[in-house]
Amino acid sequence: MSFGFPELAAIRLGFGLSPLMPPPADVDAVLSGPAMAGPGPEAMTTDMARDLATRMRSGLHARREGKPEPPEAVAADRKLGTLPVEDLRRRVIRALDDPIGFGERLVQFWSDHFTIRSVGKANHALALAFVDEAIRPHLNGRFEDMFIAADTHPMMLVYLDQISSRGPGSPFARNRPKRHFGLNENLAREALELHSLGAGAGYGQDDVRELAELLTGLRFSHQHGFAYDPTWAEPGAETVLGRDYGGMRRGGLDDIRAAFRDIARRPETALHLSRKLAVHFVSDDPSPDLVEAMAATWRDSGGDLPQVYRVLASHPDLASGLRQKVRQPFDLCVAGLRALGVRGEQIAALDLPGFRRVAWNPIEVMGQPWGRPKGPDGWPEAADAWIAPQTLAARINWSLRIPRLLLKDLPDPREMLVSAFGGTQSAELAWAVPKAESAAEGVALILASGDFNRR
Amino acid sequence: MLTLDRRLFLKGTALIGCSAAAHPLMSSMTFAALPGDNRLVVIILRGAMDGLDAIQPYSDPMLGKLRRNLSVGPKGGALDLDGFFALHPRLEPLLPLWKKGELAFAHAVSTPYRDKRSHFDGQDVLEAGTGNDLPVDRRQGGWLNRLLQAMPEARAETAYSVGVEQMKILAGDAAHLSWAPRAWLKLSPQAQMLLEHVYHDDPLFRDAVQDAVQISAETSDIGKTGGPTADAEALAGFVASRLNAESRIAAFSIPGWDSHANQPAVLGRGLDRLAAAIVKLREGLGANWGRTTVLAMTEFGRTARENGSGGTDHGTGGALLMAGGAIRGGRAFGGWPGLGEGQLYADRDLMPVRDIRAYAGWAMHGLFGIGRDTLERQVFPGLELGGDPGLLA
Repeated sequence: MSFGFPELAAIRLGFGLSPLMPPPADVDAVLSGPAMAGPGPEAMTTDMARDLATRMRSGLHARREGKPEPPEAVAADRKLGTLPVEDLRRRVIRALDDPIGFGERLVQFWSDHFTIRSVGKANHALALAFVDEAIRPHLNGRFEDMFIAADTHPMMLVYLDQISSRGPGSPFARNRPKRHFGLNENLAREALELHSLGAGAGYGQDDVRELAELLTGLRFSHQHGFAYDPTWAEPGAETVLGRDYGGMRRGGLDDIRAAFRDIARRPETALHLSRKLAVHFVSDDPSPDLVEAMAATWRDSGGDLPQVYRVLASHPDLASGLRQKVRQPFDLCVAGLRALGVRGEQIAALDLPGFRRVAWNPIEVMGQPWGRPKGPDGWPEAADAWIAPQTLAARINWSLRIPRLLLKDLPDPREMLVSAFGGTQSAELAWAVPKAESAAEGVALILASGDFNRR
Repeated sequence: MLTLDRRLFLKGTALIGCSAAAHPLMSSMTFAALPGDNRLVVIILRGAMDGLDAIQPYSDPMLGKLRRNLSVGPKGGALDLDGFFALHPRLEPLLPLWKKGELAFAHAVSTPYRDKRSHFDGQDVLEAGTGNDLPVDRRQGGWLNRLLQAMPEARAETAYSVGVEQMKILAGDAAHLSWAPRAWLKLSPQAQMLLEHVYHDDPLFRDAVQDAVQISAETSDIGKTGGPTADAEALAGFVASRLNAESRIAAFSIPGWDSHANQPAVLGRGLDRLAAAIVKLREGLGANWGRTTVLAMTEFGRTARENGSGGTDHGTGGALLMAGGAIRGGRAFGGWPGLGEGQLYADRDLMPVRDIRAYAGWAMHGLFGIGRDTLERQVFPGLELGGDPGLLA
């Protein structure tokens, strides 16, 4: 059986084929995807997140003083408690209903590149605001704008401890010598190591420390919001990668933005990020030709992401690398629902326990607990990080149970074999599916197969 | 025919892989017996445990100058061990082990990793067990896997990677098993046959499903309890069940040690889990505990000074915790570098006095009879093992 670019693009750059909609016709159709993945009508904002957190805390204070909790505090507490699950539901729905898929895949990629984790219930809404404010608006623009938005976003400041970093020589620290306020290097280190240049690029501990000093002054609290506070900032110029920022005419946030912009434009960043995109979309071990083509476009265009995406989507490795990547659990879950013809509205109509059974719990057992990566380096890419006895067992169990839970009438496995693979299926799978004892096992065989779990 | 050829080819390489893994070092270890009765458990503490707080050198007068609120010793509830060191109060469940000689530690140890202080690179170096002569991304495979390669009688069942996290320490050519206690798989015979057919040419999927079916059939429901330490206890309980059967080596990880802020809460949760895991291992292993060595290792220590957020930042020298009935416990191994001026690494971190791999190496020497030469060239290439610290009873 033959297949072409549309099938390849749907499987490798989107969430797979659907019996409900056609795959993207060409590269231009794929590249029209990211523009549709901006913040939606249900987008969360930092202000809304602060309001929820503040209301929740008013309930805590009331309880501590033995007073009854105000109803709005109870409501905020309840909402924040279920928000991570509702966030996953929202993401599944958008991915399911997206005709192209590439935009939502990029939301996944960039949210993972700039990993955050909502430490504590009070920050659950802020974690959503991070994606809606720092990631989605910049998917289709310049990398440097996303870099600045992400690494100065309140959620990132909280996650990487920037909110407790003060310049040791700042007025704030000097006025309180007994409190030993000092520098926290966490955000500065990850901004260089993970978010831009990459580990092993030519930077040293001095660059990390000076960038950390430059970042002092960034503040966030739910009560007072985001601010640049000069009294927290380390005085004097900081030298990061040989360039000076600040100094006598210290410009606060503008100096921080200037430093991030310079770091984003370095060739090490172009190479690190091009390779990371290629690893995510094409192969755990991408060809130097693909990586260099993307990096060259990145350098020439000043990190203009749509131009880099175009190189990725047009390169011959997109075809030759088919099935070299294992679908991560979230992708598998969406691709499975999509192949079953499930619509977003059906997912929206599930009650909370029902949705947990369909997506939240399974992807956790598959090794990807939603919103809880183990560190700021995010989820792993290598195939063998995802396929082990226990995680494959979880994928097989999902394939056996979830279609029956969601659908009254299962698709005919022989028809699904055509609609889900568009000619890309292996001879082994085509041989095995018609021999299943029941439709349920035939469908499970498709969803659990290597063909389906790879892209 | 093409498919058949490809299958034969794959099958051939798989067989070659197996035999190579089973007999990699025929020259040095041809006549070794079965893996024997001794057991080794390695727990990776991901996120950099603050050794100076877990085991507090409270009698060092400099400690109080560097840390005002953290690690204040017995006056903050820590449990005196030997007049110099005190155990963090949240490790109290392990105090009886110390008294019985089943708990020990080595302070101021580290891998060869220096200065960049990245968790991920630090963990990679710890699990790879290699030196600094290779760039980080070129370090392939883990040292427990190379230990397996040095044990001619080792089979897949000999070693287990446990939990949902990937354990690079066991990655490599020697076959081993992996499982998470809460996974479970039951297939109809026909579905199993068809699935095995579909996975046949894809070794990653093929091997994983075979193991999943087998382990599901063999293990009962472990870890159905609740509470904050339940996960760690489930991991330890599963490890004990496997070590009581044919396995001799197991590795799992306990994450959550990155205490940049509010260290008492962060570290306390981690220590609760670590203590619960060790207690569970001891309970589950029964008589086999007497032949077991547990090494709890972290990628690096944390800054000697408390930071501005009630926590500590990434450092260098850390602590190795050892437990088990096989060890000569109730004592501190290794030297103490001090915390005074000029004694800290880069004027900020505890100075490492010994490579953490030396302790692991001597443990493997004592438990599995691995020779010094093999340890220094194969398992930990480039390491100078140094003198025997006498870890084992």
